[in-house]
Amino acid sequence: MKGDGALIQVKGLIKYFPVLAGVLKRKVADIKAVDGVSFDIRHGETLGLVGESGCGKTTVGRCILRLHEITSGQIFFEQRGITQLKGEQLRCMRRDMQLIFQDPYASLNPRMTAGDIICEPLLVHNMVRGNEYRAKVAELMKMVELDPRMEDRCPHEFSGGQRQRIGIARALATRPKFIVCDEPVSALDVSIQAQIISLLMRLKKELALTYLFIAHDLSVVRHISDRVAVMYLGKIVEITDSDELYANPLHPYTRALLSAVPIPDPKIDRQRKRILLSGDVPSPLFPPSGCRFHTRCWLAKDICKESQPELRDIRSNHWVSCHLVV
Amino acid sequence: MGDRLLEVRNLKTYFYIKEGELRAVDELSYTVNKGQFVSLVGESGCGKSVSALSIMRLIPYPPGVIVGGEIIFDGKDLLRLKEEEMRSIRGNRIAMIFQEPMTSLNPVLTVGRQISEALETHRGLSNQDAIEEAIRLLKLVGIPDAERRVNDYPYQFSGGMQQRIMIAMAISCKPALLIADEPTTSVDVTVQAQLMELLNNLRKEFDTSVILITHNLGLVARYADYVNVMYAGRLVESGSIDAIYNQPSHPYTMGLIASVPRLDLQRKESLHVIEGTPPDLTRLPQNICAFASRCRFTLGKCIKAMPELEQMGENHFVACFRHNETKALAEAET
Repeated sequence: MKGDGALIQVKGLIKYFPVLAGVLKRKVADIKAVDGVSFDIRHGETLGLVGESGCGKTTVGRCILRLHEITSGQIFFEQRGITQLKGEQLRCMRRDMQLIFQDPYASLNPRMTAGDIICEPLLVHNMVRGNEYRAKVAELMKMVELDPRMEDRCPHEFSGGQRQRIGIARALATRPKFIVCDEPVSALDVSIQAQIISLLMRLKKELALTYLFIAHDLSVVRHISDRVAVMYLGKIVEITDSDELYANPLHPYTRALLSAVPIPDPKIDRQRKRILLSGDVPSPLFPPSGCRFHTRCWLAKDICKESQPELRDIRSNHWVSCHLVV
Repeated sequence: MGDRLLEVRNLKTYFYIKEGELRAVDELSYTVNKGQFVSLVGESGCGKSVSALSIMRLIPYPPGVIVGGEIIFDGKDLLRLKEEEMRSIRGNRIAMIFQEPMTSLNPVLTVGRQISEALETHRGLSNQDAIEEAIRLLKLVGIPDAERRVNDYPYQFSGGMQQRIMIAMAISCKPALLIADEPTTSVDVTVQAQLMELLNNLRKEFDTSVILITHNLGLVARYADYVNVMYAGRLVESGSIDAIYNQPSHPYTMGLIASVPRLDLQRKESLHVIEGTPPDLTRLPQNICAFASRCRFTLGKCIKAMPELEQMGENHFVACFRHNETKALAEAET
């Protein structure tokens, strides 16, 4: 995980959310949403970030975009530290980083027209003049395969897939270099899901974008990502090339996740070995000692309860954090 | 298997809204045998949930009306039963699990109370016995520390646990038919695997028939015996699990299967995409194939008449004029 060629570098990122209680709102505990995460995203790469709900994957995305104040750690964008940026500098940087949301219903203002939603970032950043406005809307709508004649319609007049296209056009408006896609297809039907994935992949090529693709569906993540990081309770447990991760998963959690995804072919699926994890993810308020996965791991030994495994490079660029992998 | 439990014949459920007549389910026919695991597949708005609610006679009126058809369950037509008779079947002989446990559980009643309610109504248990039975059921569906948690409220459980409670409630009266409407769409893959295994084990234990409503073709491949594919309110293809996955013959089924990224195959540059969006059911042109506008193989006759379901194999029916050619056409394309 060296820094050369990296667009984004995250080093030792920690984000705790305080739990406040009592009349004086004193801090009684911390929710350890992200607890020491480091990774790079290279120029033009798609990094997939997977894990169950509550593992901190969305928080990581939001920390990179500076939508959360981080507790500690460093984040670099084009080799420049961004954790301390303020005011105008922060605003300028935000042009280069955008976000696509999960829920195409909740993330669009129902009272604005599609055209205004798409161009709002341009107004915020003073990137468009009055006479160019309509041409810009049309250009962006065409880019995401929407009919520019629909610019005066409100979100409720669009289908789920079309709304997600509006969200993508809005993210593209400022010509960003980096986009965090936070579960962009989870709320969509299968056929629409395939359309949006293809659109995202085409845009990435045409506009030389870099993605952080957050999702819990491993088959989708594998399809779109060059590298994949698996998160569990605020930590990265495995990170490697997409093909390597799926051909050769090393962490028990990754193996369990993969085996939980059924394959749409009964003959092949019947032959697969299934690993069924018991229970839910423990609370990030009181994460388990040692390896955080040991409470659900079927291979756990004594050492797993006692000491925290480090993220180690097992073979060329296949990083795993597990005591039992050698 | 072989004994018929449920037969839906020419079911028509229409909604009368201000845009006009919406044919949510139109001339739908399918059967469920005893102990069979049947799946109803399709995208949102294709009528799969409405068809399930029609079986339960839970279609909100107005605007919804079951205009025609028969639903034969245990030899009786459910659509002709009086409301009281239906009430003794609903939740008792036929139970349902809904998509979002958080909105289908009552937030102000303890889970024990919610499970015992059905037991008191349908099985005539006393309050005390019903609570004990509820604890037994919670243990059965894998809720740890059931004696204490029976007094908890739904919000105190995680999404996966809430869905387990829904399952406990659904199986409390040992139903002959269990309808699961997208039971795992709001949970993680690992929890999905837990819930589906639980459901499948319980079904074997109690010899219950299951109708699984889903758009996840992976789950269907893993658990179902028989698949019904719906599009725009109608059945477009149905068949045994092997027939559907080995020889999908309706272009829509083929597209659905191909548009899922697969873990076991080499990564492809592009996914197969079904162009366009599902049709607006209020403006659905009658007497033509509803899929014609999105289909790659549309011919003149596809927009002149509606294809009927035709038998292709022993357990395989397709509603497409070109069903004998589709496989060759798709192969020629790639």
